[in-house]
Amino acid sequence: MGQANPVENLSFETALEELETIVRSLESGQAPLEDSIKAYERGTLLKDHCAKKLREAQAKIEKIAVAKDGSITTQPLDPEE
Amino acid sequence: MIPPMNEPNPIRSNVPEFSVSDLAFSLKRTLEENYSRVRVRGELSRVSIPASGHMYSSLKDDQAVIDAVCWKGSLSKLSIRPEEGLEVICTGRITTYPARSNYQLVIETMELAGEGALLKMLEERKKKLAAEGLFAPERKKPLPFLPDHIGVVTSPTGAVIRDILHRLNDRFPRRVTVWPVMVQGEGAEIQITAAIDGFNTLPESQRPDVLIVARGGGSLEDLMPFNAESVVHAAANSQIPLISAVGHETDTTLIDYAADLRAPTPTGAAEMAVPVRLNLIAQISDNEKRLFSSLNRLLSENRHRLEALSAKLGDPAHLLEIQTQRLDRITEKMSGLFGKYLARKENALTHHGAALRPPKHLISEGNQRLTRWSETLETTAKKNVHQQKVRLESLSGMLELLSFENVLQRGFVVIENKDGKPVTNPDSLTQGQQITLRFKEKKTRTATINGTENQGSLF
Repeated sequence: MGQANPVENLSFETALEELETIVRSLESGQAPLEDSIKAYERGTLLKDHCAKKLREAQAKIEKIAVAKDGSITTQPLDPEE
Repeated sequence: MIPPMNEPNPIRSNVPEFSVSDLAFSLKRTLEENYSRVRVRGELSRVSIPASGHMYSSLKDDQAVIDAVCWKGSLSKLSIRPEEGLEVICTGRITTYPARSNYQLVIETMELAGEGALLKMLEERKKKLAAEGLFAPERKKPLPFLPDHIGVVTSPTGAVIRDILHRLNDRFPRRVTVWPVMVQGEGAEIQITAAIDGFNTLPESQRPDVLIVARGGGSLEDLMPFNAESVVHAAANSQIPLISAVGHETDTTLIDYAADLRAPTPTGAAEMAVPVRLNLIAQISDNEKRLFSSLNRLLSENRHRLEALSAKLGDPAHLLEIQTQRLDRITEKMSGLFGKYLARKENALTHHGAALRPPKHLISEGNQRLTRWSETLETTAKKNVHQQKVRLESLSGMLELLSFENVLQRGFVVIENKDGKPVTNPDSLTQGQQITLRFKEKKTRTATINGTENQGSLF
């Protein structure tokens, strides 16, 4: 709690870890009420951020093609071919 | 065919006669035509690589020895490094050198003979690479928990890439870039090395967050490219965390030691690379529920505590009662004191009041004095007026007696100037001045002054 780090910049893993820390701390019920409400708000932001990262599940399969001059391009790959 | 040379020949004359050169060159032809491609198994001995870059050696077994040479061009392409005592299978051709008439094997390819020999060589290479520090635990990089982009170094066709992509798709579909390589045979290690290095040098937007180097199962020889020193170096130097997945679970290749993580199979590598999306969704949703319910519980606990405390706090009226009582007592005490104070003041007042005469008395007294004095004033005034009247009358009589009218009665005349003022000083009269002569009974005559000083003639 108390991190000023904007949630948008967090990696999924960091956001998830922080969310779990917040949940555990809230569940312990040790924090003052005001802090708990702040923690809850941040927890909600973290949850949304994680959920957003989980929605971004798009497969895109490419392969590298190295030209004779050594330049590298990518092209779609159909692995079933 | 060349006739056997050491067989006794009774008919000497029938035997064709060769020059040494003829024979030597004939032998060279025979050998090189018949042994243009041979596979020979033997142990390498007397290996030497002078400055020319060619390798000179011999192949031997327990009964025979054959000289062998590997030209620089072939030497650099060998999949193994020739070492003394190594059991190898060489492919090449036989050549002779007519000037010396000895023959040698020109080695074109060389492979290790037998698994035992191969394993021995790998063990030594592993020791050497370990000594370079390539397998050190502190070199291992953690894998990203949820990579956005996965790079795969493997054959673009076949079961391996399909298995990886399927498993990735089941768990968490991601962007995948495959760097196609040969995974066995000559040149495979060069391609694999180039692919690992290549992924590491891609611009950041195209660079994967994690690499999988994969190959399906195969013989020890098939897996050899993944034991190549260049591949091990590339894997150890990769800045991108790297998972190796070569062969079956029981196969261990040297890249496995250099990789940040070793997967038992290509499918296993996909599992290590990404978490299961559905699990994460469940985990997030579980966290959300816990977050919500814990705050709710916290709120309700606090509400209960508040209620309990307010109950203990009791009816505010009771609090007031006590305070009211206190107030009453104080007021009582105070009014007692005040009463005493008042009584004291009252006493003082009565005392002083007694000394004070009622204004009515003062007024009637004043009135009496006023009446008395008015009466006195009246009588005195009357007396005074009478006295004055008497005096006035006497004075009037006197005045009558003294009036100039009476004088005029007696024949006196008053001379008045034109302003009606009596002229008492003859010096004020001038020649020709008009004057009025006043006689008795208000009779007057006018006259003009004639004559001068002292000898004035009236009229």
